[in-house]
Amino acid sequence: MAEKSEGCVKPSKGPILSTPEGESNAPVPVKEVSMVQARVGKPAPDFELSAFVNGGFGNIKLSDYKGKWIVICFYPGDFTFV
Amino acid sequence: MGVEIFAISTDSRFSHKIWQEEELSKMVEGGVPFPMLSDAGGRVGTIYGVYDEEAGVDIRGRFLIDPDFNIRAMEVMTPEVGRNVMELIRQIKAFQHVRATGEVTPAGWQPGKATLTPGPELAGKVWKIWKPDQAF
Repeated sequence: MAEKSEGCVKPSKGPILSTPEGESNAPVPVKEVSMVQARVGKPAPDFELSAFVNGGFGNIKLSDYKGKWIVICFYPGDFTFV
Repeated sequence: MGVEIFAISTDSRFSHKIWQEEELSKMVEGGVPFPMLSDAGGRVGTIYGVYDEEAGVDIRGRFLIDPDFNIRAMEVMTPEVGRNVMELIRQIKAFQHVRATGEVTPAGWQPGKATLTPGPELAGKVWKIWKPDQAF
């Protein structure tokens, strides 16, 4: 299969949320709870995002790096100064 | 230490590219050696608890994940204060030591300093092994 060319807009998957088995097509129940899933001692929330990597563009899926030590650093923005 | 590093902001991958080429490569020869991810809309930042909806950006947050894919440490700060890289490195070494040996690291631990072996024998006896000045 030929590789698709890189367009300007490319959807990334974002968070990869686990759904209960057998309910993958069911509507997600609305829950009035915090979206935050990151807790120490608990599994890291998985995601796949588009990235600038090795001088080019590609997608990075966090769980592809399972088995390694990983550090992820969020920061407020490119060209900021702290 | 064998650690994969990912930087994430709400900027696009195009912005990341220009930042790398125009500025970061002038700070670090060849540019920063880790992928720069685009969390447009802050969807991933939201589940990690670092997305500031009013500003529309992911604030400064750092997460250490072990080989079993569990989060071991996190640090989240408002943007005005930068990180301490040496503290991150210390935490990585400490968690790697714990994983390799089963020992635990008391306050102020640095590589080479005394560790503790948890167990009933240690209860009430930490004072024999660990002194408060070791916290600094």
